[in-house]
Amino acid sequence: MTTLQIDHVSRWFGNVVAVNDITMTIGPGVTGLLGPNGAGKSTLINMMGGFLAPSTGTVTLDGQQVWRNEAIYRHIGIVPEREAMYDFLTGREFVVANAELHGLGAKAAQQALATVEMEYAQDRKISTYSKGMRQRVKMASALVHDPSLLLLDEPFNGMDPRQRMQLMDLLRRMGDEGRTVLFSSHILEEVEQLAWHIEVVVAGRHAASGDFRKIRRLMTDRPHRYLVRSSDDRALAAALIADPSTSGIEVDLAEGALRIQAVDFGRFTALLPKVARDHGIRLLTVSPSDESLESVFSYLVAA
Amino acid sequence: MYDPTVARLTYRALLGRRRALILGALPLLLIVISVIVRALVGADDQTASDLLGGLALATMVPIIGVIAGTGAIGPEIDDGSVVYLLSKPLKRPTIIFTKLIVAIAVTMVFSALPTLIAGFILNGNGQQIAVAYTVAALVSSIAYAALFLLLGTVSRHAVVFGLVYALVWEALFGSLVAGARTLSVQQWSLAVAHKVAGGDLVTSDVGLPTATVLLVVVTVLATWYAGQKLRSLTLAGEE
Ligand SMILES: Nc1ncnc2c1ncn2[C@@H]1O[C@H](COP(=O)(O)OP(=O)(O)O)[C@@H](O)[C@H]1O
Ligand SMILES: [Mg+2]
Repeated sequence: MTTLQIDHVSRWFGNVVAVNDITMTIGPGVTGLLGPNGAGKSTLINMMGGFLAPSTGTVTLDGQQVWRNEAIYRHIGIVPEREAMYDFLTGREFVVANAELHGLGAKAAQQALATVEMEYAQDRKISTYSKGMRQRVKMASALVHDPSLLLLDEPFNGMDPRQRMQLMDLLRRMGDEGRTVLFSSHILEEVEQLAWHIEVVVAGRHAASGDFRKIRRLMTDRPHRYLVRSSDDRALAAALIADPSTSGIEVDLAEGALRIQAVDFGRFTALLPKVARDHGIRLLTVSPSDESLESVFSYLVAA
Repeated sequence: MYDPTVARLTYRALLGRRRALILGALPLLLIVISVIVRALVGADDQTASDLLGGLALATMVPIIGVIAGTGAIGPEIDDGSVVYLLSKPLKRPTIIFTKLIVAIAVTMVFSALPTLIAGFILNGNGQQIAVAYTVAALVSSIAYAALFLLLGTVSRHAVVFGLVYALVWEALFGSLVAGARTLSVQQWSLAVAHKVAGGDLVTSDVGLPTATVLLVVVTVLATWYAGQKLRSLTLAGEE
């Protein structure tokens, strides 16, 4: 039970389209689901975990439907984003209860607590735990039954660097053991450090997929389009086209602006102000023209 | 059908400090009032019946039922912790049935038991009044727990709706409009109490056969429907 198949899945809430026709296959190893806030990551994970019905499309785990199939939870471990747990229990009581609900006993619970290194605080009430401790106890509750698929929604939120390292090590280990581990994050570095494979979701759509090198390349090397207005568009165009970082320039008479396509993002952003200064041209507007992807990628790279 | 772990979690959530205080306050009030009335009026069957019918059965039992019934599942759904139950290979109707048993037990303990005690204080169970109202409280505990558990499963505002039903429909509307009484858990349980007490101190607008059928149907339907609702409960983001 290790291959999660998302097949043409969409989900809308009223007229908000949270997930838009996404198809992806998640296999063994650690996969990062990357996207800015509001991209649809939680919605997608809720559908993967069987807590939300897709509006259209199907989610299956090794061919078995996930929605309305409680038997599937023998194979799935879930670490939800939301904080709420049974705060009136101790960490140990909580994990034991989770084990019992799987038909297992205190031994499985103890093992899971050891795995997340929470034995030292297991007899304290959950209400007294720090964010990182809660996260680890949630993790233990997801591991008690030794699941082959682990779903984690923003597991590193609010963790300090040390806790983050520990959890990353643990997830890496889970991936090495051949489990399918999927976690979401809006921080590129986090995903790069941990994931073997990255799925990028932007505004509900599946924007990219690959290892971190490929994603980096896509984000930085893909042609970027800008709309530029200046005090002398023709002179600016002539000066820019001479440089290899600019692959195309179009004078848009209706808009009264230049449409510039840049291949080398880093070089172009340094070149533009320099050229303008050298030629005494004033830049009036510089805006990325395919807004959503562009701004999202630059946001992800900058984060 | 019954899962002891779900039951344990539900009991502990229900009998947590704050809720236990609220659950305990009304029964205590009933007993205090009974002591005062007994001291002032002496043992009087009519007074005992009026107090147990008006305060215990019409007001206290449904309120306790609302707190226990909605509280057995509503807060978990609201804060999202129900995910730890739902992410298990547990039949959804098992979760509902277990929570129903817990809600019934808590409602009975906090409403039927004080009713019995109050009855004995008021007139020493003369004419079987204490026992009759206790039986009514036990019977209505079952139906209220089922109804309000369903309400807690489907609505975020279950407590408000529950209290409106309990106070406006059962207590107020029911005493003004005859038709409303046929559709009242309180009247159904009074029909059972009438059977126990005999005489005409404890009466109901509904016959025993009708009452029995309605009690069973409402309890079973509400429980079944709550199970179905839980099967398709969706957990969305925090919005
Ligand atoms: N229950 C809901 N009702 C209405 N809109 C929702 C609901 N859940 C999510 N959304 C919307 O769907 C989009 C995706 O949200 P979400 O999946 O939580 O994104 P992410 O987890 O990537 O931040 C957002 O625009 C959000 O407002
Ligand atoms: Mg999210």
